[in-house]
Amino acid sequence: MRKKIKIGVPRAFLYYRYYVFWKNFFEMLGCQIVLSPETNQEIIQNGKNLSIDESCLPAKIYLGHINYLREKCDYILVPRICNYGKEKRVCMKFMGTIDVVSNLFSDIEILDYNVDYLKGDYEFFSLFKVAFKLNKNIFRIIWSYYRSRKKEKRYNQSLINRQVNILKSTRTKILIVSHPYIIYDAYLGGNIINYLKKMNIEILYSDRMERSEAICYAKDFSKTLYWLYSKESIGSAVYYKDAVDGIIFVSSFPCGPDSLVNELAFRKFKNIPIINIIVDESTALAGLETRLESFIDMIEARKDNG
Amino acid sequence: MDRVITFPHLGNYYIVFNYFLSNVTKKKVICPPPTTKRTIALGSKYSPDFVCVPFKYNLGNYIEALEKGANVLIQGGGGCRYGYYAELEEEILRNLGYEFEFYNLIKDNHLSLKKGYNFCKKMNKKTNIFKCLYYLINALFMIIFMDKIERYIRKNMGFEIKKGSFEELEKEYLSSFKCSNGLLKIIHNYFKYKKKFKSIKINKPDTCLKVTIIGELYSLIDANTSYNTERKLIKMGIEVTRLTDLTYLLITKRFLIRKMIKKNKKYIKYNLGADASVNIALARKSAISGCDGIIHLKSFGCTPEISAMSILPKISEDYNIPIMYLSFDAEDNEVGIDTRIEAFYDMIVRRKDN
Repeated sequence: MRKKIKIGVPRAFLYYRYYVFWKNFFEMLGCQIVLSPETNQEIIQNGKNLSIDESCLPAKIYLGHINYLREKCDYILVPRICNYGKEKRVCMKFMGTIDVVSNLFSDIEILDYNVDYLKGDYEFFSLFKVAFKLNKNIFRIIWSYYRSRKKEKRYNQSLINRQVNILKSTRTKILIVSHPYIIYDAYLGGNIINYLKKMNIEILYSDRMERSEAICYAKDFSKTLYWLYSKESIGSAVYYKDAVDGIIFVSSFPCGPDSLVNELAFRKFKNIPIINIIVDESTALAGLETRLESFIDMIEARKDNG
Repeated sequence: MDRVITFPHLGNYYIVFNYFLSNVTKKKVICPPPTTKRTIALGSKYSPDFVCVPFKYNLGNYIEALEKGANVLIQGGGGCRYGYYAELEEEILRNLGYEFEFYNLIKDNHLSLKKGYNFCKKMNKKTNIFKCLYYLINALFMIIFMDKIERYIRKNMGFEIKKGSFEELEKEYLSSFKCSNGLLKIIHNYFKYKKKFKSIKINKPDTCLKVTIIGELYSLIDANTSYNTERKLIKMGIEVTRLTDLTYLLITKRFLIRKMIKKNKKYIKYNLGADASVNIALARKSAISGCDGIIHLKSFGCTPEISAMSILPKISEDYNIPIMYLSFDAEDNEVGIDTRIEAFYDMIVRRKDN
């Protein structure tokens, strides 16, 4: 039997958005996915040593994960996202990922695909180019793209359905508005989620919503916003804000888009308790818990008073 | 109520903005007071925590201009985070209780000419598209001429025989732009002062120190942000080269960027956003052309420049050229930066002697 090509996927950044798609797509092409472990102290330390100290924490973690994956796989998947069309741009960090990684690590083989709709690099064609390196069967590539997109859609829908069920419950509900790569990361957002679960609180996530719908809601909030990921999370905040008891904004230090968008949200959202949590590598657990505890106390007191 | 227009500062270019706006709109235009410690203190007091420094300066400029009586604010900078400044600035200023009209000329992260024209039309109903275009071309010529003279100053000011003669003439030259009207007069003015600048006696040795300045646009253009780093270097007797100015941003950038990425295939494959890829190309170019050092300026937290900073050390290693990184925030002290610049200067002098 031929040895399977191993593709490394760092568990950071866009992993949380596209993993289901990537996994199905590359496995159907006959590759094996190697996933880096949940973020831990060692990965962060390695990432910090590799990166510029002013760079944002998720970017440091990303480099740490790539450092873990080197020598464990044949290729490492590093997408570069520039934009998805007009007014659907993303943070500049994603524009530089490939070049930063290839300059820092000279010994790894990068599987890069480039998404830049305004310059004609559509997602499908870029992925096709990548997949053609791994599998020469054109029909197989198209078929697996179609299948895995469908699977991704079904998976996302199941998450949304779960969230809709939560909305019906009578317990205290809190919405977390954040980038998926911050809140789902075990090191950055893990503490917050664990604590909220321990306090018996229903958690809603801002990314679990129909994306096109969220973008429509974001228009009500701001007409000039052009970051796609911020649009999605702020749109769902607008959508859910009347159904929940409080909102937690989680961002990392120093996140570019969040520094502006979250500040605007604090000024525009009225009549709902909001807390802003900024995570960095030295966030103390006790301090975080105290803040969350008093926030929850405040929400419950507010609820009792009607 | 009479409309009084204002705009945030950007280096010396306030002369051009002032010229264009006052001619097209025929309304009173006031420039915000020169940026001082108070401006940045006001700006950072009301800004979000980790927003980049240009936001704080812009906000400070607006507040000081509002205090002087302005009531129409314009924001027209685009790119990266800059394109989203306008909305938050408006919200913050409204929460502070000021009354004003706010015009955001940005659409999808770029300056929109249509929005600009609509703004002019709203301010002055008598204006038409030809008038706007005429003054726009004049303004562009002004920018190009200003940048040309500045490039000459950067190259030669460090070697002037009579100290201060360049700065004196520069002041005179800038103020002459304020009162020049019409395209012919602007061109005439440029050639007149070009001759004057050329006639200043300099003593420039062939083996002078050469330093290239690269980095983020706002810190480079607005000397206040970088505590006059550039001028300090020039006064030490260094020939300073810098590509990034408004001519570059408005005209040459779109032609350069693809060529530069192609030439530097070894380091960059794609555009890194903003000026990052051009900076890498420039760093390599100046390293090849025998520069003695590179200084990289940026404001704290600038995302594209951080990407560039991960690649620049490789160039520094490959071509054996020193690079110093300076990052500016609202609360820097000038003495610390002076010390670093002096140390850098000593280092490149010693390297040259060996």
